Amino acid sequence: MTMSDLPPGLVLIIGAFILPIVGQRLRPILTLGLPLLTLYLVWSLPNGTFSTVPMLDYNLAFIQSDSLSRLFATVFSIMTFGGSLFALKQKRVLELASVFVYAGSAIGVVFAGDLISLFIFWEIMAVASTLVVLSAGGKRSYQISMRYFLIHVFGGTLLLIGILSHIVDTGSTAFTAMAPNTFGTIFILMGFLINAAAPPLSAWLSDAYPEASFSGAVFLSAFTTKAAVYVLLRGFPGSEVLIFIGVFMIFYGIIYALLENDMRRILAYSIVNQVGFMVTGVGIGTEMALNGVAAHAFTHIIYKGLLLMSAGSVLYMTGRRKCTDLGGLFQSMPLTAICSIIGALSISSFPLTSGFISKSMISQAAADESLTLVWFMLMAASAGVFLHAGIKFPWFVFFQKDSGLRPSDPPWSMRLAMILFASICIGLGVWPEYLYAMLPYEVTYVPYTVTHVVQMLQLLLFSGFAFFIMLPLMKRTLTITLDFDWTYRRFFALLLRRMFTIIWKIDGALRQAFLSKLDSGLSYLARRNVGASSLLSRDHPAGSMVIWVTVLLAIYLLMSFIG
Amino acid sequence: MLVHLPILQVIVPLIAAPACLILRRPKLVWLFALFASSLAFIISILLLQQVMTAGTISYELGGWSPPWGIEYRIDKLNAFIALIISGISTVVLLAAQTSIEKEIPKDKQPLFYILYLLSLSGMLGIVTTGDAFNVFVFLEISSLSAYSLIALGKDRRALWASFQYLIMGTIGATFILIGIGLMYQMTGTLNMADLAVRLPEVAETRTITTAYVFFIVGVCLKLALFPLHFWLPNAYAYAPSIVTAFFAATSTKVAAYLLIRFTFSIFGISFSFTTLPIETMFLVMGLLGIFIASTVAIYQDNIKHVFAYSSVAQVGYMIVGFSLSTPAGLTAMLLHMFNHALMKGALFMALVAIMYRVGSSKINDLQGLGRQMPLTVAAIVVGGLSLIGVPLTVGFVSKWYLVVAAIEKGWWWLAGLVLLGSLLAVIYVWRIVETAYFKAPILGQQPVKEAPMAILVPVWLLVSANVYFGIDTRFSVEIAASAAKSLFGVAQ
Repeated sequence: MTMSDLPPGLVLIIGAFILPIVGQRLRPILTLGLPLLTLYLVWSLPNGTFSTVPMLDYNLAFIQSDSLSRLFATVFSIMTFGGSLFALKQKRVLELASVFVYAGSAIGVVFAGDLISLFIFWEIMAVASTLVVLSAGGKRSYQISMRYFLIHVFGGTLLLIGILSHIVDTGSTAFTAMAPNTFGTIFILMGFLINAAAPPLSAWLSDAYPEASFSGAVFLSAFTTKAAVYVLLRGFPGSEVLIFIGVFMIFYGIIYALLENDMRRILAYSIVNQVGFMVTGVGIGTEMALNGVAAHAFTHIIYKGLLLMSAGSVLYMTGRRKCTDLGGLFQSMPLTAICSIIGALSISSFPLTSGFISKSMISQAAADESLTLVWFMLMAASAGVFLHAGIKFPWFVFFQKDSGLRPSDPPWSMRLAMILFASICIGLGVWPEYLYAMLPYEVTYVPYTVTHVVQMLQLLLFSGFAFFIMLPLMKRTLTITLDFDWTYRRFFALLLRRMFTIIWKIDGALRQAFLSKLDSGLSYLARRNVGASSLLSRDHPAGSMVIWVTVLLAIYLLMSFIG
Repeated sequence: MLVHLPILQVIVPLIAAPACLILRRPKLVWLFALFASSLAFIISILLLQQVMTAGTISYELGGWSPPWGIEYRIDKLNAFIALIISGISTVVLLAAQTSIEKEIPKDKQPLFYILYLLSLSGMLGIVTTGDAFNVFVFLEISSLSAYSLIALGKDRRALWASFQYLIMGTIGATFILIGIGLMYQMTGTLNMADLAVRLPEVAETRTITTAYVFFIVGVCLKLALFPLHFWLPNAYAYAPSIVTAFFAATSTKVAAYLLIRFTFSIFGISFSFTTLPIETMFLVMGLLGIFIASTVAIYQDNIKHVFAYSSVAQVGYMIVGFSLSTPAGLTAMLLHMFNHALMKGALFMALVAIMYRVGSSKINDLQGLGRQMPLTVAAIVVGGLSLIGVPLTVGFVSKWYLVVAAIEKGWWWLAGLVLLGSLLAVIYVWRIVETAYFKAPILGQQPVKEAPMAILVPVWLLVSANVYFGIDTRFSVEIAASAAKSLFGVAQ
């Protein structure tokens, strides 16, 4: 067994079982050292397929290394390192151990050379991430983790059906590019999309992530959806249906984030939105688009991690999570505020931040393919992103009214983690060539041209205006006077408010109806089954058992005589 | 010596049982029973090796050649099942003395081992014999000792559960006997191989059809196939924990073996699957069993009940594999018999540990146990994951082969239903995990220590087997597949 036979993800998974055993002093060293070791292993892997193991009549290839998998494994390792640094103050060992299994299995997915080993890591990822949600503690987190787990097991089920029928169809377990045109591949795609939080089952993400602990949410934001993006990238490049799904996710994320009050739920919706960009890019499917998706996944993990870290810091220091309870924290938490602004600028793809050099590749790809409508929507959505994540999150948490809270910046380890990620955001924005060199295809795209920069700045400027125009819509007590035509502003705001209210109401009514039906059905079942003397589980007297025997015997006899 | 292995397989525990009476002291009796069971285990390994290399073994009891004398016939199928039974029995016995010290009065302890060995030899007898009437005899040996074992339970409801099992079990055995009797009446032979030759001549008669129907219903009763499963949950829940661990892992496998042996080797495929629409019937009842029993399991507040209902559901999976009536489906069924023995063995053994320390198997008494008995609860987690069918456990292997078999037959919807069934397992397993790990211990309750080594070792042996055979499937799959193929080959 040489070094290259050891799947890098396994380091973290094995480490997870060592962590709870070692003492308080050794634990931080391991927590920070293992992700770095993983990163080293990822980079020392040459291209090719290794570590094949026979199982279930097939040869499993646990490691298939190329530039794409290396890119994702790299950012997953960096994320594990940064997140662990941030989570040093987290006292629950269970969360840390689950996180390590979670990260290790995500890296496992990325290196999986065939569908079966992919599925194996996929399922481990589902179990481990559920434990991360669950370890926040409390009755609520139990119910949420249950919902979360059921959806992921359901997704895994679809995936398993798909994989099996694909193997039966083609006779091969290879994980190569497919098109969703057979039963098997359609199910595989559905399984992948559920993890990507695609409609109609996108609610699991915004349901579960905000309920995790201050550090758990940081990890959750990174792995599940991005592993899904990776498998889509490798499995379904250029599948047109993904464009529609992606665009839908983009706008779903924006609309719900704008209406949301919980700061981490805003960020959770924004994950759906950002993954929407990536899914759209996969759907476009040109080399440029795929490069853009890979790059965007990389940068998104970093800046979304950063944003959730700053939200986590606020939660850790204040214990509050609603925008309306927060505000004015800039004065006492300057570092957190600055880091969150850097994250916010990155997600809005402000020039000189990481978002700019990656997202623009996707929209450029849409333009190159003359997908005008898609391009237009992506542009509009970029403005929307700036609205909900770029301004709304930092504005309501750190500025706006003074909530009277005066928490200090979080402990040093959390500050250090934020500084690290903030510098990566800026670093990638200033020197994009390092990221570009890691991408699967050769990059000809030059981000810093006058047109690109001006275009983006214009867009951001206008949407910035729009935010302040719509402020009354979001927070009516706040009045902002701008040098604008009052009636026009009024009309615009009214129109938007109407539109959102209608969407919100219809959606709400549908969900309500469905949930209440489901709820009444389940509670009927539960009511009838509590205790020993209930519908399904009561004890039967021997007589009634014998009746069943007789009935069955009669049926069988009858059938055999007829047949 | 090697020639006599087939009969030694049965005789060793059968003779060992009364010999226990001489030893008297519980500790000694335990060691002796453990020795006898290990011997049976070794014999079954040797037999399996012989069968895999040299093919079917026929052993003539007392030198009387079949069909006049009783024949013991070992092929891949029954060597495999005998291995499961004797293996589980040995591992379970490792913990027996420690566990029954708390659950069975001292003067009844030697009796427990006698009954245990009798039950073991009964099951091994059913599996190894090549004689239809012998099947009934051993069935009665194993069942009668099972009723008494269950009645040994500390809970007074054990008596009632045992009595119900007695009634139902007797009806089942009687039906099987009626079936065998009718067959004897028509063919004049009791030797299985001989029956297989003579039955086709009289296959068109009502008598044989009736024999078949009685047999099927009797076996379904023993198998606890929905809706004939009502005796099982209480019998499992109120029996001494160690007995539950042994029966949950083995007894339904014996009934499943009988079903396969009679339908495939004796009645023959063409008869079995045309006389009755058995595929459809079993498919429907298997699926109903999976969904209804799993749902019921969710609402139980005693973990033994949870896993007992889950066993009914698992029988459903086996029967669904059977109802596919293809070699792949039968392979899936055989694999699941092996894998289910490992899962339920591990889970019920972990409950043995919990009963030893906590003295109760109510879900609510498990609160906060994750910290107090980390190794035991971890075993339940791994066993539970296996029950759900998470990759790298045996549960996944079963699920995989069953779904592949369904897809090969073109029944996509069945593949979907089978996998959806595992979602229900998620709920009942998760509930236990949540209570053990995430609920604070009940105030005022004395904290308990981790279970003693004598129980932990067998628990983790079975848990590691769950993982090992979940990864390295060569052994189980090869035997199951070749047994299934030869069964179809014989009958074609």
